[in-house]
Amino acid sequence: MSLAPSERLGATGDAAADGPAARRVPKRRHSGTSPAGPARPSGRRRLLTRGSIPYVLIMPAVLGFAVFKAYPIAASFWLSLTTGNGDSQHFAGLDNYRRLLADPLFWTALRNTALILVVQVPLMLGLALLVALGLNHSKVWLRPLWRLGVFIPSLTGLVATGVMFSVILNRDAGLLNWVLSLFGIDPVDWLGSSFWARIGVVLVLTWHYTGYNAVMYLAGLQGIPKELYEAAMVDGAGPVRRFLSITLPQLRPILLLTVVLSTIGTLQLFDEPYVLTGGGPDNATLTVTMYLYDNGFKYFDFGYASALAYALALIVSVLGVLQVRLMGERR
Amino acid sequence: MKSRAPLLTVLLAGAFGLCVGPFYWLAMAATQDDRDVFSWPPKLLPGGHLLDNLQGLQDSIGLTRVLLNSVIVAGLQTVGAVVVSVLAGYAFAKFDFRGRNLFFVLLLSTLVIPDTVMLIPIFQMMMDLGLIDSYQSVILPGLVTPFGIFLMRQALRSMPDELLDAARVDGAGELRVLWRIVIPVNRPVIAALALFVFLGGWNQFVWPLIALRSPEMQTLPVATATLQGLSTTNYAQVLLAGALAAIPVMALFLVLQRQFISGLLAGATKE
Repeated sequence: MSLAPSERLGATGDAAADGPAARRVPKRRHSGTSPAGPARPSGRRRLLTRGSIPYVLIMPAVLGFAVFKAYPIAASFWLSLTTGNGDSQHFAGLDNYRRLLADPLFWTALRNTALILVVQVPLMLGLALLVALGLNHSKVWLRPLWRLGVFIPSLTGLVATGVMFSVILNRDAGLLNWVLSLFGIDPVDWLGSSFWARIGVVLVLTWHYTGYNAVMYLAGLQGIPKELYEAAMVDGAGPVRRFLSITLPQLRPILLLTVVLSTIGTLQLFDEPYVLTGGGPDNATLTVTMYLYDNGFKYFDFGYASALAYALALIVSVLGVLQVRLMGERR
Repeated sequence: MKSRAPLLTVLLAGAFGLCVGPFYWLAMAATQDDRDVFSWPPKLLPGGHLLDNLQGLQDSIGLTRVLLNSVIVAGLQTVGAVVVSVLAGYAFAKFDFRGRNLFFVLLLSTLVIPDTVMLIPIFQMMMDLGLIDSYQSVILPGLVTPFGIFLMRQALRSMPDELLDAARVDGAGELRVLWRIVIPVNRPVIAALALFVFLGGWNQFVWPLIALRSPEMQTLPVATATLQGLSTTNYAQVLLAGALAAIPVMALFLVLQRQFISGLLAGATKE
């Protein structure tokens, strides 16, 4: 007669009390009749031994992962190899990917996204670093207030931000053009012309996320040992030298994190242009995710939309790996 | 008070103004009559139409119902995601088990895969289950947050093992250790995580836009966006809806900002 390993933990006390009877009829031991036996705790311990507890603890996460991450990722790949409308999908090999490579609208969307990426991310992260350096300066008055203020935009939802700026950027009566008029600048058609609509999207994104990155940088700055700066000052290093030789290298892990996160976020851009411009004018702010959304949920072309999703995933991972390589390994 | 960095202070105050200014304007515009939203120069003082605009929102999108939907979705998602994250984070931080690293890496790897990849299969799954247009369809996919699990693991790792073992020696079961020691000791990080998840759940847009079809099921952001698409958009009302979406999270943040920022920093700086 062998006890399951999971029974060992709770078993000893009861077994001693029940004596030979327990050995003959093992099941009785857990029937709850033993007087000294704390039957419930022993039962629970049987379920949750040192060996099984971690599996029980991660069970919900693993289940959710399997259903809402792993399965959709695999299913999406399968879908990208099929064609059809909604329910009647049939295998089509690489047709969707071929179509994608020849689709001018895909390239327009990709170009728009890339354009916003290369302008917006460096602008935002540069500003965030400047703000963080300012906030880290011990002699600035009212520091907590400024820190709070610059963080507030990142709390606002994308839609709230979108509707707010769709009015602020209005050509005839928007707040921004009014402010510009105070400086004698003619009204700008922020959302109505291809060029300015892109600039508008960049402005809104920068407003929205700069403070968040600044607070991340501030955390990094505060983690840099003061002794490094003191030693550099003794050696006669000026502020620029200290920034380049101490601050930037020490911040590298956080810089890398923000670059990668901002890149991923921008490549998946959807909400702001959806609310601000609807992708217009003339597809100037159409992004890859918007195009994916149109194909999937307006035309119900799941196969093509999935191919777009995979193309995007490929671009995101390649860029992510590239950034980690470039920034992470250099010493 | 004398400052020795006056120029820097002025610059930071300027950044503050750029960040907070649009909100001030938003709050003022939300109290105007629709025609005055676009008046030139802009109205920068409170108008008298707040109640009218609220009534208008109630008539057009069913404001109370939509707000309730948002509270239910974001609230349940927060509770669920925090429970899942704490349980898994505890296991990853404090137990050795076969497959631990594999599970953890798999979970984290989904961080780099765009959510858009998952949209269509999850939509089909919810269709098959008949859950489209239900709270579950929005809440369930948000329950597993790799970031939350990562954050909890980082936080729980720094807990001394002696503390846990002392409780175990005293005969406490694992659930009791978790409930009586792990959770109370880590309350600040858990609060920060809850805020993160709530913020994400409250503001999420793309998935609810797809999953919630009927007007009475929509959350505030989705209803706000549909409102704006109408040809006869009342901008004062749209802006009020935007302000209503932003104000609760800001209030929550102001109350809990210390924990929020420390949680943000914990995620950003550890390892």
